Amino acid sequence: MVSVEDVYHVARLAKLIVTETEAEKFRREFEEILNYFDVLDEVSEDVRPTFHVLEIKNVFREDLPKEGLSQQEALQNAPRKEEGYFIGPRVVE
Amino acid sequence: MRLSEWRQLVQDHGCLEMVSRLLEKIERSKLNAYITVCKEESLRRAEEYDKGKVNGRLAGVPVAVKDNITTKGIRTTCASKMLLNYIPVFDAHVVERLKREGAIIIGKTNMDEFGMGTTTETSFFGVVRNPHDLSRVAGGSSGGSAAALAGEEAVLALGSDTGGSIRCPASFCGVYGLKPTYGLVSRYGLIPYANSLEQIGPMANSIEDLALLLGVIAGKDERDSTNAGKGFEFRESKEFRIAVVKNTTAEEQIMDRFYDTLNGFEYEEIELPSLKYALAAYYVIAMSEASSNLARYDGVRYGYSVPELTSWGDYFSRVRAEGFGEEVKRRIMLGSYALSAGYYGKYYLKALKARTLIIEDFRRAFKDFDILVSPTMPTLPFKIGELKDPLTMYKVDVNTVPVNLAGLPALSVPIGFIRGLPVGIQVIGNYFEESKILSFAKKIAAG
Repeated sequence: MVSVEDVYHVARLAKLIVTETEAEKFRREFEEILNYFDVLDEVSEDVRPTFHVLEIKNVFREDLPKEGLSQQEALQNAPRKEEGYFIGPRVVE
Repeated sequence: MRLSEWRQLVQDHGCLEMVSRLLEKIERSKLNAYITVCKEESLRRAEEYDKGKVNGRLAGVPVAVKDNITTKGIRTTCASKMLLNYIPVFDAHVVERLKREGAIIIGKTNMDEFGMGTTTETSFFGVVRNPHDLSRVAGGSSGGSAAALAGEEAVLALGSDTGGSIRCPASFCGVYGLKPTYGLVSRYGLIPYANSLEQIGPMANSIEDLALLLGVIAGKDERDSTNAGKGFEFRESKEFRIAVVKNTTAEEQIMDRFYDTLNGFEYEEIELPSLKYALAAYYVIAMSEASSNLARYDGVRYGYSVPELTSWGDYFSRVRAEGFGEEVKRRIMLGSYALSAGYYGKYYLKALKARTLIIEDFRRAFKDFDILVSPTMPTLPFKIGELKDPLTMYKVDVNTVPVNLAGLPALSVPIGFIRGLPVGIQVIGNYFEESKILSFAKKIAAG
């Protein structure tokens, strides 16, 4: 069972805002989708999980300096900038 | 249009003339295949070609690039309001390679928002129409790339495939589309949705064209730590041990066509028992990775923003609530849920364990066979608006998601039409055996 509170909780975790109407719609859909996911309960705990399909481990390269983006390039897409800095929202009240 | 036809036309009329005609066609088109058309740059490149200044395997060839693949100086939106005005400052590895071979990037193709969908209906820029029936979808998420090829609005195209996003639209539009082995093509510059599942891949109107494009984009790139460091060169094989994967799904008329296509081939029928977990495992993993990947959209460094800079948490949430579409929010939330305390073991970890079982099933099958086949899609292309609820849409991906979980290569090959609508067969090969897949596809195409 998924409650409307669960939807609000998970929206907060994901940094989203859902309206009341959306919350009820998502609740119904999530319940149906999560019920479908229950098929995974059959899978044995003893199986080793696969995080990644390629058997590549610790790929290293030479630790040499390379040219990065210029300050102008890095800031080019920022909605707000000032004197070479990004402007973000206030962190401390 | 095939590459050989394009080259003939360019020889007869010049590249500038042919590119101009193509741009006019795109402008008049009803397909909505493109989000951004690179008009000036394409004309400039065509002119250079006519002056003999362009060399390379794709010299003077118009290539359509899916709009989640980063292009320097060309708006790259992922079909999202979130990236409506995002102009990258670098090229994806595959785009560098296209340019090095003289290709003309004709435009950026429409797609489901961030690749999340099977019909291109979740695009902020509106649905892509199927060139074979304008009332139907072109498939997704690389719907624009497939429609551009089938509608003669591009000669070659790039898509990306996380759970079928190249193969589904290839099947629905009647073109070839390959999801390469995981790690064959660098993901550097592919805006991520689910890193452990997705690959950029080639789409084309013939196997030869597809093989050429794969040869161009595959190869070593140290900026993608999952890159296998291998290139691709087509080597034709003649003999195959073929198996039909029996526990896949399709409507009866599609199954009939599927078996008609295999007429004359020797094959066995096998079942991969763990495939029953594939769809659930795929969606749990894809959503979990998406919830983490899309955390980067904060309205500070790039992307959509709202007018008022309120507190940190409130600002983020409002940017994301307004910038993301419904399906993206649904997947981010379900992914956050699957990774949250108390549910990690039940959903995410179980999905990774199911993934192991699916890989083991495939490994066993490839001991006895070179090629596994199934229908690509369980249905013909849907009417626009036909798929109403999310779970019904997810289930359409049932035949295509297993290979993404396993990292295997798979191709959708067009096998004709039913009532005027294209049908595709999915050809799966072992790791890095794209040549075998393409060789078998050639046999199918030869009838």
